Amino acid sequence: MRAPSASDIAAGEILLSIENVSLSFGGVRAIRDVSFDIKKGEVRAIIGPNGAGKTSMLNVINGFYQPQHGRITFKGETRTKMRPYDAARGGIARTFQNVALFKGMSALDNIMAGRTLKMKRGFLWQILRVGPALTEEIEHRRRVEEIIDFLEIQAIRKVPVARLPYGLQKRVELGRALAMEPELLLLDEPMAGMNLEEKEDMSRFIIDVNDHFGTTIALIEHDMGVVMDLSDRVVVLDHGVKIADGTPDAVKANQDVIDAYLGVAH
Amino acid sequence: MLYRETGQFKTSYAADMAIFPIRQDRIALGALLIFAFVGVPALDAFQVWPFGGEYLIRAILIPFLILSLAAVGLNTLTGYCGQLSLGSGAFMAIGAYSAYKFGTGVRIPLEIFTIDIPPLPVFWCILLGGLMAAFVGILFGVPSLRIKGLYLAVATLAAQFFFDWLFIRVKWFTNYTSSGSVVAPDLTFFGLYVNKPIERYMLCLIFVTVFALMAKNLVRGNIGRQWMAIRDMDIAAELMGIRPLYAKLTAFAISSFMIGVAGALWAFIYLGAWEPLAFNIDRSFQILFMVIIGGLGSILGSFLGAAFILVLPILLDQVPHALGIAVSVETVSLLVFMVTGALICWLLIVEPHGFARLWSTGKEKLRFWPYPY
Repeated sequence: MRAPSASDIAAGEILLSIENVSLSFGGVRAIRDVSFDIKKGEVRAIIGPNGAGKTSMLNVINGFYQPQHGRITFKGETRTKMRPYDAARGGIARTFQNVALFKGMSALDNIMAGRTLKMKRGFLWQILRVGPALTEEIEHRRRVEEIIDFLEIQAIRKVPVARLPYGLQKRVELGRALAMEPELLLLDEPMAGMNLEEKEDMSRFIIDVNDHFGTTIALIEHDMGVVMDLSDRVVVLDHGVKIADGTPDAVKANQDVIDAYLGVAH
Repeated sequence: MLYRETGQFKTSYAADMAIFPIRQDRIALGALLIFAFVGVPALDAFQVWPFGGEYLIRAILIPFLILSLAAVGLNTLTGYCGQLSLGSGAFMAIGAYSAYKFGTGVRIPLEIFTIDIPPLPVFWCILLGGLMAAFVGILFGVPSLRIKGLYLAVATLAAQFFFDWLFIRVKWFTNYTSSGSVVAPDLTFFGLYVNKPIERYMLCLIFVTVFALMAKNLVRGNIGRQWMAIRDMDIAAELMGIRPLYAKLTAFAISSFMIGVAGALWAFIYLGAWEPLAFNIDRSFQILFMVIIGGLGSILGSFLGAAFILVLPILLDQVPHALGIAVSVETVSLLVFMVTGALICWLLIVEPHGFARLWSTGKEKLRFWPYPY
């Protein structure tokens, strides 16, 4: 599949749009009246200083937090809040800022768990583990092995993830999200705590996912070099408010963004 | 030198996903099963040591098998799905009393009509006992959707006390016997009358083998992965489309079913006649300790834990006698308590993940032995 060019995306259809979303926890207003959209096939970065509400925004998108105000439109369907199950079913997958793998399971089982929604056989079949249940298990194993090949983690597939180094855990987590065959992939700081080489690997995987599978990606990242290189459009949050939205170059030149990051004399 | 995977290449995912992908494991398990199904009856038939008399089979092997089944049941819930339960004794009691009621005929007079179920064959009684336990397990699993960990343990403790009370106070369950003690119906399975210890042993063995295989199939399949996902990181699991309601309640249902069947077997096959005290809180703790010491999240561990908790005290009991030391029975039983307790503490300090982890560490070491790597 050909990677969509910038002009394609500009004209492209909107996959997800956030309209006037506000989220508060008691007195803390994490997100204030933020609107933006994510177009099909693009890499959309969400950036901002610490505590800007980026992760909260991802949590709103996949239904873990339920905003008090605003509307979310995903694949043409508008609702006031997402539910985690509907989001997953609709094709939203994510990775987490602090790796949220299933620690007691092997890398393979973690990724297999990502296929839960695709597996249909009921538990009576699974008890017997014959016929359709076994065929289904093998078919999904084959798909998972493709992801393992793609992420180059063949050697660690049977290792319990708790034993893996951080960089590989991040990679397994990406694999688990990919196993859901998502339309929209939310990545929460996929490169936090990585060295240069690991960052380059991860960037390559993100670009490949976007190119080969055509997956739309929303990405939170603090490494500006990565953000500017990978993303098609960037939205900037600060203290829960959207302060800029546009191409990487436009955002880089925006005075509000510079002030938010560098501070400004009052 | 014996335990090597070298040269065992798998050419299909099916081969790689087999229960025992390593040939040596398959041989070992096959040998164990042949011993259990053929060897034990043969040794018993010829009364070869240590099978002289009925003691070994009646007092060790049968309770070991039945409590292993209960431990496998609790392990699916606590070990795999991460839901701490102190209600195993209650679920065993539900299995036992349901099986008893179905075995003696259920009669519930209602206003308009009377529910009247004639006595059912024992085999179906045992399975129905499991099903009733599963049903109650689902009911008592509902709080797990809101509360976790120790708080859930307290909620399941409520189940334990409630059913203790119910089976003592509501005479309907014990068919209004004056003492509260009930006697199991004759054990006739599809025309075969099961009475001798070796026959009872075979019956338990069949139940345990079938259910252990089913449990193993579940935990390595999609449902097992859902359970473990909920156990390890419930938020991430939910965001991946795993429904906590479904995962937790299936775990409660399947776990209670197996514990219920174990309860029915315990009452019908091991005890023969019993009163509610047989399934009190001590039983719950005993099974929980088996699971913890055997290894949370391991079917094999359930068996090892059951063996440790059940068989060790019996063996220790024999030690002073075997050594020819004259001590009173009371002193021995106290010593057994102390030694067992100390061993449990020692074991949990050395290997908090239980026998199953010791076993897998040992296997990993054995793969390289005698080379360092």
